Amino acid sequence: MSLYQLQKSLFTLNREPVAQAQFKADREAFLDQYELTDEEAQALRDGDIGLLYVLGVNGQILMHFAAFLGIAWFDYLELMRQGVSRHGPVRAGVYAMTGGGASFTPEGDRT
Amino acid sequence: MSLVFAGICSHGPGMTGRAHLVQNTERRDEFFAKLDMLRAELRESGAEALIVVAAEHFANFFMNNMPAFCMGIADHYEGPIEDPAWLRIPRRRIPGNSDLSGRLVREVMQSVDTAYAEEWKFDHGIMVPLNFLTPDYDLPVVPANINCQGPPLTPLSRAWAFGEALRRACDAVPERIALIGTGGISHWPATPDSGKINEAWDREFLRRLAQQDKAGLLTYSDEETYREGGQGAFEIRTHIATAAAARGQAAWLYYTAELPIFAVGCTVGRLEVG
Repeated sequence: MSLYQLQKSLFTLNREPVAQAQFKADREAFLDQYELTDEEAQALRDGDIGLLYVLGVNGQILMHFAAFLGIAWFDYLELMRQGVSRHGPVRAGVYAMTGGGASFTPEGDRT
Repeated sequence: MSLVFAGICSHGPGMTGRAHLVQNTERRDEFFAKLDMLRAELRESGAEALIVVAAEHFANFFMNNMPAFCMGIADHYEGPIEDPAWLRIPRRRIPGNSDLSGRLVREVMQSVDTAYAEEWKFDHGIMVPLNFLTPDYDLPVVPANINCQGPPLTPLSRAWAFGEALRRACDAVPERIALIGTGGISHWPATPDSGKINEAWDREFLRRLAQQDKAGLLTYSDEETYREGGQGAFEIRTHIATAAAARGQAAWLYYTAELPIFAVGCTVGRLEVG
């Protein structure tokens, strides 16, 4: 478990244009700079928002990575729900899901 | 001269980024009108600089070197750090005042060990309030951050002490200073529960804030706050510091839980400077 390194990589990506350019041009070189588990590296490589959320990435960091990937707000919320369905509860941090997957925002209701 | 103005407001990125998607436009417009009211009162105060007591979200401060407090001492800042299209606030330079900031920091340091920064990229936690309260960016800003994000968090009693120190610092300089504390009460932002709000818990917090109930404000444990108010409620530290700086009761407060798309119980208010 190297959640600190995983979050550090996303913190850097969120605030550094140079890191964003590297992530787009050579994702493996970007990943190599951090001590990540195979699961963490794969989640980052795939832009797997649901798994990153379950691994414990702070939402204030994760939501900007989602925006960077071009994911709209309500799709971001849904991807986190799908991550919990697929991988189980959030494993670390203080951004766990507490509402059983319900939507609290009428504008985001998909039904 | 002294602290001449104290206020509080929410800062959710949805307030600008998702304002166009709101279904309850009547409530949104009412909330924005209250922010306009606070803007007008801020201007009428004749303030020459604005301290923003903020709770930033890993834009500048991270767990590699997390300060309990940090104040900006630069002549200018930049923001938003987020994608401007996402936040719907254009990126720009924001005026600071290094001379004034330096004098304030020196005075604060007499009682609170604040860090300081000559570089600071403002995130939505400061840019959203400025967008509503100083839309022309014509007031020098002094950012003052409290760690509300990366545990171990700044204790509430120290947030109060920071507010007291800011007040002493404001009263020690010749300029007229305004202070805005910006944070959420209960909210679960950036999680699948975004939009969840504990209105009863929020209103009780605001009651204590409005009445200068220091003992009541400082009794919240992080465990209770997380359980009842979510991780977003750790930002009550900004309001607690503001109450300590103001030393006065609320002149007026507005609150609504009817805009969940903003992911926070929307709050605006002004405190008397006592």
